[in-house]
Amino acid sequence: MYEFNYRKVASVAAATEAMQQAEDGKFMAGGQTMLPTMKHRLASPSDLIDLGGVAELTGISVENENLIVGAMTTHAAVAASAEVQQAIPALARLAGNIGDPAVRNRGTLGGSIANHDPAADYPAAVIALGATVQTSKRAISAEEFFTGMFETALEDDEIVTSVSFPLPEAAAYMKFENPASRYAIVGVFVAKTGGEVRVGVTGATACAHRGLRLEAALGGELDAGGIDAVELPVEQMNSDIHASAEYRAHLVKVMTKRAVEACQ
Amino acid sequence: MSTVSMTVNGEAVCGKVESRTLLVQFLRENLGLTGTHVGCDTSQCGACVIHVNGKSVKSCTMLAIQADGADVTTIEGLANEAGLHPMQQAFMDNHGLQCGFCTPGMVMSALDIVNRSGHELDESTVRKELEGNICRCTGYHNIVKAVQAGAKAMGGS
Ligand SMILES: Cc1cc2nc3c(=O)[nH]c(=O)nc-3n(C[C@H](O)[C@H](O)[C@H](O)COP(=O)(O)OP(=O)(O)OC[C@H]3O[C@@H](n4cnc5c(N)ncnc54)[C@H](O)[C@@H]3O)c2cc1C
Ligand code: FES
Ligand code: FES
Repeated sequence: MYEFNYRKVASVAAATEAMQQAEDGKFMAGGQTMLPTMKHRLASPSDLIDLGGVAELTGISVENENLIVGAMTTHAAVAASAEVQQAIPALARLAGNIGDPAVRNRGTLGGSIANHDPAADYPAAVIALGATVQTSKRAISAEEFFTGMFETALEDDEIVTSVSFPLPEAAAYMKFENPASRYAIVGVFVAKTGGEVRVGVTGATACAHRGLRLEAALGGELDAGGIDAVELPVEQMNSDIHASAEYRAHLVKVMTKRAVEACQ
Repeated sequence: MSTVSMTVNGEAVCGKVESRTLLVQFLRENLGLTGTHVGCDTSQCGACVIHVNGKSVKSCTMLAIQADGADVTTIEGLANEAGLHPMQQAFMDNHGLQCGFCTPGMVMSALDIVNRSGHELDESTVRKELEGNICRCTGYHNIVKAVQAGAKAMGGS
């Protein structure tokens, strides 16, 4: 890891200012991706701006039929939260199955979605639940937020402050996990909200996305009968040592069926 | 260089570190606490697990400077004059280690499980909760037994 300037800040405003002053700055949440990336010299920021002391970025609340989770809320805190367990139990379970306990004690919601690893869990939930990402500058809809592999709509000095999840009538997440890292080889989040059934898919392609063909087959109902007949574009699937494109396409359908069944 | 100060195993310590100094490096190289191990560079093996403010963390994936002001417990903080900590004793009694490289991280993770899930742990809970700790020797069987026995012993003491 190359040396950098460590900047500890106490507010979103101070973090933004530190970023604007830095030559090539990066924000750090729990460091669970940032630090391994820097160790491998895949990133070598001039300044690391630690959001760990920004109290306004943590917290969980339910307001106007929305569950609002602060960006710096850890996976462990989401998993253990009675409020999340009651409002969106599938989200608490998702958080409780990210990585391992030590990673969950440091890793955060904001860091996970800002990083947008194509195998991360949260993006599937953000998309299927039709969540809104609140940043230091604006509100961004889930579908506009994730733009490509490790790419999001965030500008360099823009900070995710919270994510607002509309409360669903039913929701479930199923992941086929890599047995070593626990990342999703394929993960599918199904949610019924306001009479509409949405499907969020992660791990399968370069970018977390809405499974529109799967949604069409469901037709607004939590009935997986039509899923087997869906044709998915195999050429768009990731293919690596963990799973071939054909296998991933198959897994997307299996995970969708299981998630739909778990919603019932 | 900046100065950091923290409490490690009940003692106030301080030292000079670079921004990039990892917490595990600070423990091992500045403080000579070499019980905390480094087994990977991908944050996956768990050999470096310690407790920071009562919670398990991978000390290879935290900067020393982030632990400024924190309360840190490492494997060296467990035994006392009376002998080994019940969890350490359980690893010994159940043959929960072979080479011992993963053991400090296993023991610290085990204590974190007890903190959250109590003294009666079933096998599947222990296996799931130890997902972040890799052992190349034992095949995990005796580690799981040791954690269950240690948890129980801690409840009785
Ligand atoms: C061993 C291991 C296993 C894992 N397994 C899984 C898994 O099964 N599923 C899964 O989904 N994830 C997994 N992860 C990743 C984990 O979920 C982390 O939470 C995630 O990588 C983000 O880490 P972080 O919150 O510490 O953010 P950091 O690593 O600190 O930051 C990540 C990126 O996000 C940016 N960033 C952080 N916060 C903000 C913000 N508020 N606003 C704008 N930008 C921000 C940073 O600049 C950086 O580019 C795993 C990680 C490890 C080490
Ligand atoms: S040394 Fe492997 S997880 Fe820390
Ligand atoms: S005892 Fe050798 S690595 Fe676990």
